[in-house]
Amino acid sequence: MMIERRPILDFFTHVILLAGVVVIAFPVYLAFIASTQSAEQIASSHPLSLLPGNHVLDTYRLALFGGKTYGGATIAAGWPMMWVSLVVALTITIGKIAISLLSAFAIVYFRFPFKGAVFWMIFITLMLPVEVRIGPTYEVISNLGMLNSYAGLTVPLIASATATFLFRQFFLTVPDELVEAARIDGAGPMRFFFDVLLPLSKTSMAALFVIQFIYGWNQYLWPLMVTTSEDMYPIVLGIKRAIFGEVYIEWNVVMATAILAMLPPALVVILMQKWFVKGLVDTEK
Amino acid sequence: MEKRVLFKSAWLPWVLVAPQMVIVLVFFFWPAGQALYQSVLQEDAFGTSREFVGWENFQRLFDDASYLASFKTTAVFSLWVAASSMSLALLLAVMANRVARLAGFYKTLLIWPYAVAPVVAGVLWLMLFASPYGVIAYALQAMGLPWNHLLDADHAMALIVMAAAWKQVSYNFLFFLAGLQSIPQSLIEAAAIDGASPWRRFWTIVFPLLAPTTFFLLVMNVIYAFFDTFGTVDAATHGGPGKDTSILVYKVYYDGFKALDMGGSAAQSVVLMLIVIALTVVQFRFVERKIEY
Repeated sequence: MMIERRPILDFFTHVILLAGVVVIAFPVYLAFIASTQSAEQIASSHPLSLLPGNHVLDTYRLALFGGKTYGGATIAAGWPMMWVSLVVALTITIGKIAISLLSAFAIVYFRFPFKGAVFWMIFITLMLPVEVRIGPTYEVISNLGMLNSYAGLTVPLIASATATFLFRQFFLTVPDELVEAARIDGAGPMRFFFDVLLPLSKTSMAALFVIQFIYGWNQYLWPLMVTTSEDMYPIVLGIKRAIFGEVYIEWNVVMATAILAMLPPALVVILMQKWFVKGLVDTEK
Repeated sequence: MEKRVLFKSAWLPWVLVAPQMVIVLVFFFWPAGQALYQSVLQEDAFGTSREFVGWENFQRLFDDASYLASFKTTAVFSLWVAASSMSLALLLAVMANRVARLAGFYKTLLIWPYAVAPVVAGVLWLMLFASPYGVIAYALQAMGLPWNHLLDADHAMALIVMAAAWKQVSYNFLFFLAGLQSIPQSLIEAAAIDGASPWRRFWTIVFPLLAPTTFFLLVMNVIYAFFDTFGTVDAATHGGPGKDTSILVYKVYYDGFKALDMGGSAAQSVVLMLIVIALTVVQFRFVERKIEY
């Protein structure tokens, strides 16, 4: 936006933006600094040093593989929790995309009795985020024997009105001529779905993938309720375990765990930025 | 809206919607029905006896000073989160929009906190303010402003507001930047030719045109503060000191799972559902207006 030249204003624009970048990055920078120090270094510096220490490898080895610290605390291994997080995030993401594609296809391309009711039942789930139905949903999972399982961690979060609407919206823009052409070629509905509709939906799928992966990876309240066994904890829950119930918080290891927990979703946002922005904008429409 | 050309099959559409319908029925409608049902029942802590009590759980809820206090806490919290993260995001978006060529560069550096889990945001800010290591707590102390979020309710509220708002700046920034980029350049140029300063142009042209975006973000920020910040609160303050930062979602969890008051917790779930419905209606009414705009 260069209407007139205002070099002083331009200078302050950059100053404000850079200050914003620094403020936003500061907590994470400090977390990284803490994760490079030994417990003694942290304990002996008030406040925390702003420059990196030299214990990066020790701290991350502890955070990833677990073990005993000098302070005597036992640290649980982080990588199995990251694996749980990955499985949970991918199951939720792929599950949502798959069932939403199918139901949106049925709603847009078929006429069937009670279609309106089906549509509204999906729509209403928008109004029931897991946070407002935690107690009863927990009971359902518990009655079905799904506590401490991947199914219990993921299936209740898979139904998504947002994704169904996004695909419905997109299918409605697909030209009818494509269906006619497919019919003339003798292709049935599923053939049309796989050969024509899916390839056209790639962009929407990529956008949803980014948003849902972050959603799945960052789940906290739900895993907190349905997992009691430590080998089913996602990494986000591992952080809680490291700060609660400990007499002495090992900040260096906690911060290394925090860095490990935010690295995968942050990389997804940065590397798939185009899809991320599209996904955010599309899912809010 | 419907397609002109449709496929015909009596059974295929049912097979296609079946997976989603099963999940919706089992994990949404069943629990939501249970919540409604339990909210009118009184159950003893061992789950051995239940009796119908009608509105009693709701009455008890609204007679309970701590529940009303939690409402107020949530309102204060969400307004502070929305106000602080939206104003910071707007400032940054206006600035990024000025440096057209570098906007993408700054965007990349500003949007990644969206990926940080709310509980991680809580832990990060807790570390900045934890005594005696916390860098900010230490700086405040040095300036003669002793910080203690474990004892001071205002400090605890400030801590969770900062942690929650920090994470939300990225979301608001993206939508404000998109809104700014869709404002016709000719309007701003015309005002510039008339001699309006950038400051004046912003308040008389840009800000009013951003109103739909601002309103949309206000609703989304309130939804975020209400429902997505459980982890932030749980990590940073535990709802304390006392119950001073115990927002509604935190209280549902606490009463149902720690205090084992299932009827009261179910009644709280029902109230929360009504809040979501109200917010969703507001949001959808607005979406209609956005299409006009």
